[in-house]
Amino acid sequence: MSIVVSNISKSYKTVKALKNISFKVKEGELFGLIGPDGAGKTTLFRVLTTLLIADNGEATVAGYDLIKDYKTIRESVGYMPGRFSLYQDLTVEENLKFFATIFGTTIAENYDLIKDIYVQIEPFKNRRAGKLSGGMKQKLALSCALIHKPKVLFLDEPTTGVDPVSRKEFWEMIKRLQQKGITILVSTPYMDEAALCDRIALIQDGTILQIDTPAAIIEHYPKAIYNVRADNMYQLIQNLKAYEHNHSVYPFGEFVHYTDKRAGFIPVQLQHYLEEKQLAGISIEITQPTIEDAFMELAK
Amino acid sequence: MMKNNYVIEVKELTKMFGDFTAVSAITFDVKQGEIFGFLGANGAGKTTAMKMLIGISKPTAGDAKVAGFDVASEAEDIKKNIGYMSQKFALYDDLTVKENITFFGGIYGLTRAKIKEKTNELTAELGLKDLTDQLVGALPLGWKQKLAFSVSLLHEPKIVFLDEPTGGVDPITRRQFWEMIYKSANKGTTIFVTTHYMDEAEYCDRVSIMVNGKIEALDSPKNLKEQYNAETMNDVFLKLARG
Repeated sequence: MSIVVSNISKSYKTVKALKNISFKVKEGELFGLIGPDGAGKTTLFRVLTTLLIADNGEATVAGYDLIKDYKTIRESVGYMPGRFSLYQDLTVEENLKFFATIFGTTIAENYDLIKDIYVQIEPFKNRRAGKLSGGMKQKLALSCALIHKPKVLFLDEPTTGVDPVSRKEFWEMIKRLQQKGITILVSTPYMDEAALCDRIALIQDGTILQIDTPAAIIEHYPKAIYNVRADNMYQLIQNLKAYEHNHSVYPFGEFVHYTDKRAGFIPVQLQHYLEEKQLAGISIEITQPTIEDAFMELAK
Repeated sequence: MMKNNYVIEVKELTKMFGDFTAVSAITFDVKQGEIFGFLGANGAGKTTAMKMLIGISKPTAGDAKVAGFDVASEAEDIKKNIGYMSQKFALYDDLTVKENITFFGGIYGLTRAKIKEKTNELTAELGLKDLTDQLVGALPLGWKQKLAFSVSLLHEPKIVFLDEPTGGVDPITRRQFWEMIYKSANKGTTIFVTTHYMDEAEYCDRVSIMVNGKIEALDSPKNLKEQYNAETMNDVFLKLARG
């Protein structure tokens, strides 16, 4: 096991940020922590990178104990925080050299590991980090987090606020790092990114709602889910919410995802109800749940 | 209301910083009551364009009218007639719910009586009645964003500009937020919104996609998907924005 977390809790004054969190990450695994802002993701990262001490519980990272072996852990992990935290007034190359030196290594020694990523920003190596675009900053931060060849890589919301194209590219980079044998713990508020992980933990309000592979989480979704559409989306949502048999009603792109309370749900009945409400262009079709559906069902 | 029913009219709007063209002659119109999605990759020029539309950045060339006012010469009138909220700044964390509403109500020139009425109406609607004396900083992000949206509508603007309003918000609250958007649009408020969630792009009546300062596509999500032979708006975006 690369990360073993047992009953970790952490509070700030009156806020319980983490409540009895336990999970394990296997060596070489890409493990996703999926949850919204305020779920406790960043607190957990800070605890696991020894920057914060938990109130209760224990954990090992790369086989080392969080408290006893904190110095060894710091040498063994790479951490890319959610907020850009490199030196804005050092250049790209200076930042990278700085981190290499701190960890007692050189850029040359581990260049292989960062090559794919670093070549994309190398043309700007004399530019100050503060002057880089968002995407370039991200690549530099990742290079700096990797320069000492960590066993475990912590990526805290690397894709938040990033457009879909750059997000896709970033995930391709993560996948390549995983193939080099690095264990990766990554957090994200984007539910669609969950599918790219080997296993995920859905987290909300400091509690883990479920841990499994993305496929198993979808498979365990308890209801039949229907794509419902009509010409007037707003009226459709209002009417579905007013329908006495509804279990859940969530807009999902061009459709509304609808689940019914009854075991023997007959879509035609719903069709008639919506027609009575003067809706036009109605269609009701069964569909596959997504991780986001599972999350909402668990968080309800 | 304007004769032609357009509340945003943009013609060849351009912004240059030195010799860099951030926004390159964009042209589009937005109808009253429309939910208009303004999409693009990071650095495509969305924020720069939006700043010109809300009257805080002067165009280098071209024209735009927002709520009937010219962005270059009548910027102050625009500010009075629009609402604005962004993910980065919306409300004061160290003021209470009530104080924030009073503050923004005051800025928008609402009377005391009107502010009181709005405070009651708004906190009841959001389920914040018992939390009016709570500091906004202590509210969960999703509540904060819903409150910020309501506050941006305090002065009943014709148009509201939303800059990534749902970033990081949990999926259930994100949907409640969009129901609020639908509701305002249904009442005739025009919504101009940017987002990185492509499922939210599908909620818009029409969507524009900016690439390198230009609008490369503009249509309803349905038509865009047909045109680009894509199943989702995410695929449309990936096809277009990768350049």
